[in-house]
Order: sequence, then structure tokens, then C-alpha cells
Amino acid sequence: MEQFFKEFGESFYNNLIYEDRWLQLLEGLGLTLLIALFATLLGLFLGFLVAIIRSSYDMNIKGKNKKGFGVFIVKLLNVICNIYITVIRGTPVLIQVMIMYFIVFGEAQNGTLAAILSFGINSGAYVAEIVRSGIMSIDKGQFEASRSIGFNYKSTMILIILPQALKNVLPALGNEFIVLLKETSVAGYAATHELTYVGNLIRSRTYEAFFPLISVAVIYLVIVIILSWLLKLLERRLRNSDH
Amino acid sequence: MTTDKEVLIKVERLEKKFDDLEVLKGIDLEISKGDVIVIIGASGSGKSTFLRCLNLLEEPTGGKILFEGTDITDPKVDINLHRQKMGMVFQQFNLFPHMTVLQNMTLGPIKLLKKSKADAEAEAMKLLETVGLADRAEAYPSQLSGGQKQRVAIVRALCMNPDVLLFDEPTSALDPEMVGEVLDVMKKLAKDGMTMAVVTHEMGFAREVGTQVIFIDEGIIVEQNKPEEFFDNPQSPRLKDFLSKVL
Repeated sequence: MEQFFKEFGESFYNNLIYEDRWLQLLEGLGLTLLIALFATLLGLFLGFLVAIIRSSYDMNIKGKNKKGFGVFIVKLLNVICNIYITVIRGTPVLIQVMIMYFIVFGEAQNGTLAAILSFGINSGAYVAEIVRSGIMSIDKGQFEASRSIGFNYKSTMILIILPQALKNVLPALGNEFIVLLKETSVAGYAATHELTYVGNLIRSRTYEAFFPLISVAVIYLVIVIILSWLLKLLERRLRNSDH
Repeated sequence: MTTDKEVLIKVERLEKKFDDLEVLKGIDLEISKGDVIVIIGASGSGKSTFLRCLNLLEEPTGGKILFEGTDITDPKVDINLHRQKMGMVFQQFNLFPHMTVLQNMTLGPIKLLKKSKADAEAEAMKLLETVGLADRAEAYPSQLSGGQKQRVAIVRALCMNPDVLLFDEPTSALDPEMVGEVLDVMKKLAKDGMTMAVVTHEMGFAREVGTQVIFIDEGIIVEQNKPEEFFDNPQSPRLKDFLSKVL
């Protein structure tokens, strides 16, 4: 028993204290959070853009015999959005990261940027479908009431539809962010020293798997728990605003 | 009587098709200032579609709608500007659930008419008082009864200071005991000279308040008359049949 504790303590020291390895893990966590944050912002931006284009097409053009330059542009954008969603959802995110890093960036030494871009673009496709489902869930009467007051399509979207849609899809969006945060664990393939990469690096130095991997898992878990709690607060606040 | 009044809306040969289904087959109608046009008909007759064509919530597939002299079916016309002058009240109220009563009412005046928040709110409060809901200004729609919601919807439309109000079965979604409070508001509006087009099943309202009653069946106006003549002396067999069922 005594022997066990001694080995356990040594292992702890070797894997987390020696050569400031805990600091390396923290730095890895910083990079993970950085990638997740900017990828989330990019994903939100792309997702809203695509969702608005797709639902504008569905509501205003699909099945109607409309013509004109504006209609042509929306149709074209809709096709582009559909291809985007199909390709992104149809391929593994790891492949997307590697394509971005090895082909698009040509190994140009900026793995972090490559990771942010590929995770952002990846997340955008999922956010787009979430937001679009939110927009479609709003009763048609809300649109009609707003238009009948004299608001144009854009104002109706911004003032009436999106605030309600966003509230409806907040749980799904929160889930998407949590998935995104964990997916960044493959960013190491783009030579990014994020949390998982650092953990694995320590494992390869100490030839011990337990402390590096369990530490990494615990850190992810704590971050996700904090994130879930923040999202719950936000949800509650939004719900309070309209009973 | 109506000849020397200013014509507000002139509908000419209005048609609406949904794919192959012809819903409106050429409707002509003039609505003058101060008119209360009550539109009745069986469900599926096209009466709601007709009303929704007036502010282009449904896009007509043929004919013209002249609103204050402008053909609003012309694609070059900015329909949003004309809609500001045509209030609409819906069967399902369609209040914005994420806004308070006051915010529902002041959104249009502030954003579209560029009124100051204080002015818009003062006007909204005045209107709320006229429908007895001043104390609910800060409530959210989900906290109101159906009748209260519809009264708010009416004053929300009034906040834009429209030239005409369109009512699409405003009492059909209400519990029976709440129909009266909404009809009272509409009667008062009519008395104050508001121009209204009302699709409804409330025959009592049509008789009491309407200046003209229109019977639409299978996409055409079958009969149009002053209420007394319309109800007491219907001409067409289809209207006679319809009235015998609903009265």
C-alpha cells in the first residue's frame, strides 16, 4: 500500500510538476480556449449568414415564379450555401483541419489560424441549420404582423424573427459550442499545441498515460461544466424577459 | 351617398391563383373614406384571401388595387410605405411575444414614423386608455386574455395612424364571452369615422355597423348592398341559402 502511494506520488510529480508540465497544460488550455472562442465567433457569423440566406430563399422564392437580378443572386447564394453545408457536414472535421493546414495553408507555420478557420467554417454549417430551424419555428403570423405594420423583410428579421428564433435555439446552440470546444482536441494535427496535444506530448516523454490523459479529461470536463452553467444562466435570463 | 366621398381603395378585376386553384376570379370594389365594408362568406370562399390581397400579404395574380390613387400591385411601388397606412388585425392576434404591450405598440411609430420614444409612448398610452388596458402597458402578450390581446392588436395598428384598418376574422379565435369587448372597440372605431374592411362571421356586427355588406362566394362578389337590404331582402339564391344557415 505504501509502495503504491509512493509510486503514485512519483508519477504525479513526473507528469505534472517536473519541467513545469502543469504550466504546459495550462498553456495548452489557453490555446484550446482561444481556438474555440474565435471559431465560435466565426461559426456564429457564418451560421447566421447562411441561415438567413437559406430561409429567405425558402420563404420568398422557393416555389414562386419570381424573376429579377435580386432573385437570381439569392438563388445563387442559396446553392452555394447548400454546397457548403453538404460538404462540411459530409466530411470529418479532422480531414477538414488537415486540408486547411497542409493544403490551403501549405504548412505555413500558422496552425492556430488554420485551426480557427477550419473549426469556424465547420461550426458555421451546423449553426446555420440550427438557426434556420429556429427561424422556421416562428409562426408565420409574426412575419405577417410585422410586414403589415410596414416593416421590410430585413427589419422584420432583425426586430421580430431573430430575437424569438435565437431564444428557441439557444440550448441547441449551446450544445454546438460544447461540441466545438471538444472537437478542437484534433487541432494538434495542425501542429497546434492545444490541450490534448500537450497531454499526449507529456505521455510520450514520461511513458505514462494515466496522469497526462486523465488531467486533460478533467480540464475539458471542468470547462464544459462552467460553460453549461453560463448557458443555463443566459437561457434563464432570456426566458424571464417574456414569461 | 358614397359618390361624393373620397375613394380610398379601388379594386379592379382582382384575381388570385394558388398554382392551379383559382381563389379570386375578378373582384371589383370601391372603399371610400368612412366606409365600413363587411365581407361575409363561407369558409373557402376567398374572403380572407381577398382581404389579405388588399395589403399584398397575398400577391394578386391579376387586376389592380389602387390605394389612395397608387396602384400598389405595381412591383415598382414600395409596398412597405403603403402598408403603414393600412393597419391589419389578425384572427390569431399576432402580437410580438418578446415585447411588452407598450413595445408592441411603439415599435412601428418609433422605427418607421421616426417618432421619439416619449411621444410614441404617450400616444400609445392614450390609445390603451380608450380600450381600457392602460394598466396592462407593461404586460407581455402571454399574460393577457384573448380579448385583451385582440384589443391590443387593434390599438397597435391604430398607433401607425392608418387610413384604413383591415380585420381578418378578428373575433373567430376568441372565447364567446370575449367577442363583445372586441366588437365594442370596433364599433367605436366605426363611429369615429375609421375606414374599415372586416371579414367576419358576426352578422349582428355586419348589420349594425356595416355601411356595405359583401357576400363573396367561389371567388366573386355575389351580392353587395346596404346591411338592411342585404339581410332582409337578399337577391341571389346562394346568399339566401348562406343566410338561412348562419342566422
